[in-house]
Amino acid sequence: MTFLFYLLSAIMIISGLFVVFSKSPINSVLSLIACFIAMAGHYILLNAQFLAVVHLIVYTGAIMVLFLFVIMLLNLNKATIPQKTSVTRIAAVVAGGVFFLVMVAATRHTLEIHPRYAFTSQIGLVSEVGRTLFHEFLLPFEVSSVLFISAMIGAVMFGKKDETHNS
Amino acid sequence: MQDISSAIQIIPLDHYIFLCVTLFSIGLLGVLFRRNTIIILMCIELMFNSVNLLVAAFSAYHSDPAGQVFVFFIMIVAAAEVAVGLSILVMMKRNVDSVDINLLNRLKW
Repeated sequence: MTFLFYLLSAIMIISGLFVVFSKSPINSVLSLIACFIAMAGHYILLNAQFLAVVHLIVYTGAIMVLFLFVIMLLNLNKATIPQKTSVTRIAAVVAGGVFFLVMVAATRHTLEIHPRYAFTSQIGLVSEVGRTLFHEFLLPFEVSSVLFISAMIGAVMFGKKDETHNS
Repeated sequence: MQDISSAIQIIPLDHYIFLCVTLFSIGLLGVLFRRNTIIILMCIELMFNSVNLLVAAFSAYHSDPAGQVFVFFIMIVAAAEVAVGLSILVMMKRNVDSVDINLLNRLKW
């Protein structure tokens, strides 16, 4: 079990680095898909079955396919965009490394967990999550549909050709 | 099933924190490192997901299903964000015929 955790973590970190450093955007998208599949494995390890399935469907099934469609429709696969200057790149690596160090130092001595509830491994099951979602979080769930429709309208507005601009 | 749920008790929570901090740093590095807008959007997704995994891990260790619902809401917001972000990218490609982030410097001081 511990071995599986470290294997999945290694896959996630290596494919995450591939996302950043690979030349063509298609390779980045495919590495990100590998990273997300490994993350679904992590959710299963945590016994969060609902989240694992939703993650697979929403992220790997919808969002990454959306990315792939945009790259293929706009023909972005050629690496035409120049890299940043080397000073900026070194600064980016230093900033990322410093952020990592600060976060590790801040979270190294985390407090002991004192759970409010007795330990149970069943909280990630669909029935348990659904009960919480539709009892305590019913209003946010309904409000999120408003968010979705506004995002949809916004996407259509952006995607529409601007006729007033040309004439 | 019994085997899987025992992973929560074997692996310390610190390891999840380290993993998620590493992934978040990689996402941050990608945002600072690249000029391609679509890669930057993907790195933002990576950061979203590292935080999601951490929230799910805390929820599992505390046996609190509210955390998992919260992850579900973060996924909803991320999906909406990606739809709008990609449509902005399509509009940018149509108007300036490039996805270089450095061309969007009108609001820079």
